[in-house]
Amino acid sequence: MSVNNTQRVDLQVIADLIRPGARVLDVGSGDGALLELLEGHRKVDGRGLEISQRGVNECVARGLSVVQGDADRDLVFYPDRGFDYVVLSQTLQATHNPRAVLEELLRIGDRAIVSFPNFGHWRVRLSLLFKGRMPVTKDLPYSWYDTPNIHFCTIRDFVALCEEIGATVESAAALDANGQKIGLSMPWWFWNFFGQQAVFLLKR
Amino acid sequence: MTRSRVAKARDEANEPSSQVVRFGPDKPLKLAAGLTLSPFQVAYQTYGSLNGDRSNAILICHALTGDQHVANPHPVTGKPGWWEALVGPGQVIDTDRFFVICANVIGSCLGSTGPASLNPETGEPYGLDLPVITVKDMVRAQVMLVDHLGIGRLFCVIGGSMGGMQVLEWAASFPERVLTAVPIATGARHTAQNIAFHEVGRQAVMADPDWNGGAYLKSGKHPGKGLAVARMAAHITYLSEPALHRKFGRNLQDRDQLTFGFDADFQIESYLRHQGITFVDRFDANSYLYLTRAMDYFDLAAEHDGHLTRAFTGTKTRFCVVSFTSDWLFPTEESRMVVHALNAAGASVSFVEIDTDRGHDAFLLDEPEFHAAVEGFLKSAARNAGISS
Repeated sequence: MSVNNTQRVDLQVIADLIRPGARVLDVGSGDGALLELLEGHRKVDGRGLEISQRGVNECVARGLSVVQGDADRDLVFYPDRGFDYVVLSQTLQATHNPRAVLEELLRIGDRAIVSFPNFGHWRVRLSLLFKGRMPVTKDLPYSWYDTPNIHFCTIRDFVALCEEIGATVESAAALDANGQKIGLSMPWWFWNFFGQQAVFLLKR
Repeated sequence: MTRSRVAKARDEANEPSSQVVRFGPDKPLKLAAGLTLSPFQVAYQTYGSLNGDRSNAILICHALTGDQHVANPHPVTGKPGWWEALVGPGQVIDTDRFFVICANVIGSCLGSTGPASLNPETGEPYGLDLPVITVKDMVRAQVMLVDHLGIGRLFCVIGGSMGGMQVLEWAASFPERVLTAVPIATGARHTAQNIAFHEVGRQAVMADPDWNGGAYLKSGKHPGKGLAVARMAAHITYLSEPALHRKFGRNLQDRDQLTFGFDADFQIESYLRHQGITFVDRFDANSYLYLTRAMDYFDLAAEHDGHLTRAFTGTKTRFCVVSFTSDWLFPTEESRMVVHALNAAGASVSFVEIDTDRGHDAFLLDEPEFHAAVEGFLKSAARNAGISS
């Protein structure tokens, strides 16, 4: 199964990182697309945390175990090592305290999988350089004043944060607009320039 | 008419028109108060049929003033069952698929042993001689009923408000017998504010001279005025300010102007009076005292050394917790507390908060998003459990 949503091109890449039958917490589970993919094809024991009531109700009506809650506030209630993987897909940039959230992920899960849109992509850079305006692209469709994305970062920024909090990067991938991995063995600067999305598998 | 309803309600307390299981001296009910209740009886309704491997039973737990008549006309009032919006063939709780059980709780007055039941030792109604009943006691009695029906594990235990307390108690005390649990508009404890409202209700009942120290059935009295006031006060807590305003505003009742008196000038007054009057016909005043007390005493964390998480440690039960945005009796925060405890216990839990202005009573009403969530949860759980549709 492939996910045909251009904004969620990372889902298949994330799913491929997850061991079948694992216990997975999906933070920011949205309408449940990833959980459904995982439960259907990887037979995982999946749980979700989602901030929007609409998303939660949709998930529960689809039979997924999802609770309404806020990653910034509610992760503290989950026990240490309660899950094999904690996934934060396209949500990091919308949290109030990305660093604290990342640390919670690494506490709750044996592994954390984080994906985010790369603010260092060349289109973003060009947009800012030539237009002098905050970029509004297909991937980042919001204007600066009404965006839920309050903490954008680049791939390099994220790697620096991982180092700062002592997280080990077990694997990483930069994705193009179609969710294809680009230049598998390229240096960070290349990914940071050409990757639209990044997916990291972390451990502490 | 009114008199006959009261008489009918009193008949139902001892000889209900429901099915009844009577537990003799060999099967006493151990109460949290440290006493035993024996003999005692449980009145219940069932809908649908039990499948071959007895795996499709859903136990519905009713609220404070509810009863076992979930999806059939009420024997006293003739009104439709209180959860016909959810229960029936092809409905959210599909009686074509599930075997649905609802038992009158111990302490109530529709056929399970309560203060209006005859005390076999005296031949008179128990009145206040009945020991205080707790939510745990209600659940223990339901366990005995479920045993009697030959059901080992329930597919689901579901209920709102006091019914939700029973759901949590079931899941905490008998986790291996509950595959899924749906506590709705409830909490793991009764808050100080809720106890306060209940105390107002009880004082209203006890202030009625016809209450007669609880012995009104012996003396042929009916403390309807006190109980009606209790119901009126409680009913306000089941609604919400916006819903009341939308429905009644400051509209006048059958008149064009204020009367400068104490008649029911406003529609809301008339509505509440009606709620009070119709309630006292069908409900026993002492039962109201016992059941409000049971809710007040409920504190699941206290039963587990103050740690709610411990109530659910190691549970395999799948939970679906539901709250309503405008419910100020059991606000979402109370549900969230349960959800956090379940998360900490590593339980499988879904939690939906339904956006509505209809207050606590929303769980009884036609709320499509609420119904969709419960239906989706039950369907997926039934699929996992191999219960065919």
